[in-house]
Amino acid sequence: MNLNQLTIKEAREGLRNKQFSSVDLTRDCLTQIKKHNSALNAFISVTEEEALMSAKKADKSIEDGTSLPLLGIPIALKDLFSTKGIKTTAASNVLRDYIPQYDATVVRKLKDAGAVIVGKTNLDAWAHGSSGENSDFGPTKNPWNKNFVPGGSSSGSAVSVASDMCLAATGTDTGGSIRLPSSFNNVVGLKPTYGRVSRYGIIAMASSLDSIGHFTKTVEDCATIFNITKGEDIYDATTLPDATEDFYKNLNKGVKRIRIGIPKEFVVSGLDPEVKLLFEKAVNTFANLGAEITEVSLPYTKYGIAAYYIIQPSEVSSNLARYDGIRYGNGRESFGDEAKRRIMLGTFTLSSGYYDAYYKKAMSVRTLIKNDFDKAFEKVEALISPVCPTYPWKLGEKINDPLKMYLSDALTVTVNIAGIPSLSVPAGFSKDKLPFGIQIMGKQLSEDLLFQIGNSFEKETNYYKQKPLLR
Amino acid sequence: MKYKPVIGLEVHVELKTKSKMFCSCSADYFGQKPNTHTCPVCLGLPGALPVPNQQAIDWCVMIGLALNCKIANFSKFDRKNYFYPDLPKGYQISQYDQPFCQKGSITLSNRKEIGITRVHMEEDTGKLTHSGDSTLIDFNRSSVPLVEIVTDPDFENASEVVEYLKKLQQIVRYLGVSDADMEKGNMRLEPNISLKKENETTLPKFKVEVKNINSFRFVEKAIAYEIKRQEEILNEGKTPAQETRGWNETKNATVSQRSKEDAMDYRYFPEPDIPPIILKDEKILKLQSQMPELPDAKFERLQKEFSLSSYNSELITKDKETADYFEKAVEDGKKVYVPPKDIANFIINQKINPSDIVPAELIKRIVSAKQTISIGDNALDNIIKNVLAGNSKAVEDYKKGKTNAIMFLLGHVMREAKQKLDTKLVKEKLEDKLK
Repeated sequence: MNLNQLTIKEAREGLRNKQFSSVDLTRDCLTQIKKHNSALNAFISVTEEEALMSAKKADKSIEDGTSLPLLGIPIALKDLFSTKGIKTTAASNVLRDYIPQYDATVVRKLKDAGAVIVGKTNLDAWAHGSSGENSDFGPTKNPWNKNFVPGGSSSGSAVSVASDMCLAATGTDTGGSIRLPSSFNNVVGLKPTYGRVSRYGIIAMASSLDSIGHFTKTVEDCATIFNITKGEDIYDATTLPDATEDFYKNLNKGVKRIRIGIPKEFVVSGLDPEVKLLFEKAVNTFANLGAEITEVSLPYTKYGIAAYYIIQPSEVSSNLARYDGIRYGNGRESFGDEAKRRIMLGTFTLSSGYYDAYYKKAMSVRTLIKNDFDKAFEKVEALISPVCPTYPWKLGEKINDPLKMYLSDALTVTVNIAGIPSLSVPAGFSKDKLPFGIQIMGKQLSEDLLFQIGNSFEKETNYYKQKPLLR
Repeated sequence: MKYKPVIGLEVHVELKTKSKMFCSCSADYFGQKPNTHTCPVCLGLPGALPVPNQQAIDWCVMIGLALNCKIANFSKFDRKNYFYPDLPKGYQISQYDQPFCQKGSITLSNRKEIGITRVHMEEDTGKLTHSGDSTLIDFNRSSVPLVEIVTDPDFENASEVVEYLKKLQQIVRYLGVSDADMEKGNMRLEPNISLKKENETTLPKFKVEVKNINSFRFVEKAIAYEIKRQEEILNEGKTPAQETRGWNETKNATVSQRSKEDAMDYRYFPEPDIPPIILKDEKILKLQSQMPELPDAKFERLQKEFSLSSYNSELITKDKETADYFEKAVEDGKKVYVPPKDIANFIINQKINPSDIVPAELIKRIVSAKQTISIGDNALDNIIKNVLAGNSKAVEDYKKGKTNAIMFLLGHVMREAKQKLDTKLVKEKLEDKLK
């Protein structure tokens, strides 16, 4: 077994016990990247030199007895996270040469925790997309089958963790961009409560929906990263005051007598029969573990995509206005079709005379969707559903049908609209060996409970131990 | 046909907070080296986020309170989207439908009330410098806090407008929230001008906004010009176009800048990066209690309390520094029985600059000046004449350059007068005569 296949927990133990060094660990990750990145296209930039340097530094710190939660652990960053002195492209030609002057708050926190950054991962340009194909740096491929999409927009981050190129990677989730690729790649993905992790320094997609999360191999590792990234930030006015919490305390408490709801609107139409079967299996697992399963209703779910595709492009059209060709070296003609589509959509929905009919109405729906969840959480502690109505699809299959592509987010967007947290965990495979994931949703600030439920499921099923066969 | 002008005003006041509106960069940009007061936030770099400046919000509310506005318990920031090279984010953070302050008023000397529609908070843009065929951008001013004060269309002539502007300038200076210096661009104004028929009760169907006015003098000129221009169009039976015009200093005229057809659609929507601002009543009351006495109140109190003429009271309260200085001097003057009226007169007539002389010294000067005056100017002149005539040697010495000789002459004058005179005053008089 190569070191890059370890979980964070295992790697920390190995480093602490001097079984190997951070340089060994980092080298194994870099070797894996070199071997497979040309086929998978998970990274836009690999920062080999910087990585080995900080690994060396980490080794020295370990030698000196320093203890930091991620000391010497190789991680990757979605190329939407500003990194001082390292190219940050948003996978768009507009920013292909942009080098930020500052680190995003999360990047600073991860560095302060001792993490070794191995590179910047590929994504759908500006985080616009559900498949990972919409990158100006070429599509990312699914390591489980390279003819299939890895899911997006945080495609490269999910793939880099699934294929053991690093031990964890960051992502952003505006409508499902962490959960979808995590379910398509058999890794754990967290979309935290809106405002619980600082957005400062992360290139904005839709500011009122963007959540900053990450990919790991296990739920416990997920909690470890979250413990570092979460918290109020003076540079982000939307961050929530946050008390320190011990996320490991309840991790192994199981799900006995925890009430878990199945939103019936999430499992009716459009669900792939095989997805439905695997989801039922997951529900049974929870029931066998002692959870109380009940059906709940979220009646406004059906308006989720419609509301999302008004609010999100509206904000996108404004957030992308700064790339006006005056700075950053590349003009507006460098925007791809999807960005242009969203800029036009959003400009239209915000125009005077249309604002009330579109944006304002969508905001009212937003309130109704929030209320739906509030009511559901009066009856149950958590909700579960498939992350996506289907398995990963073939590269190119939906690329010319934006609407079809948008519908793959049908089960994820309402979580962003309501601002609640959701944890995606591996839940099995199709008969063609394509991964499937479920999401566990809770009320605001309930990440602790989501880790407890997710960990219980993971310990019972062990899907995470299965790895893609890379050649 | 007789027409009546209908004029409303938009005034921008730049606050003199330490830091900018949404970041911790220094807001003091005037005369600074370009692009030295910048950071990711005010440069609008990818990923940077705005965090509102609480001091600026407090000051905006204070301006609203000073203008008798209702302060909103719930308000928010909005994005005003438009493209311009001096706007690094492609939108300006402003306030659209829920400003901090609304529905206020200000009363002019003719007792006329001018309605204040709203007072809201926004950020300034960068500064463009055009030279040849290139344009340079300085982002030092980007995101400096700006308060916009909008009036109802209540003005009927330029003199009302100028009085209002002077009052507004005085108020923000009293509050200490802005220097309101028109030349430095701390205070900018945009009148909206239109004409209606004398007996008409509804507003005209058009209005002309005039930009680029940087002095009170030009606002008068621009209004006069517009009234004449619009009158001519109306007299031809046509309606003036709804448009934005600019004041052109060299042409002494307003020139068309933008017509209604290319009016901007700013696509306002709530700024998602800043949560709504909640101002509780207690907070508003606290701000109210922190406000200094305002010019109108001070004017009335000083007039009443110290029996000043309305003219003197107005001059003394013109700026807060003088008013405070006057009151301190009145306090010091009490001990030596110098009446406030005399102090006011002395400050006004001698054009006293408060930073030149402390109030206690001022009182001493008033006391001695009064004693000099008591022997009479003629009497003093006579004494000086006699002394100069009787001490020709000293006079000659002085004229040769022995300036010390004047002290000898001064001593003689003092002895002759047999009274304690203001030496400074006598010395000045002597120097005058020796010229």
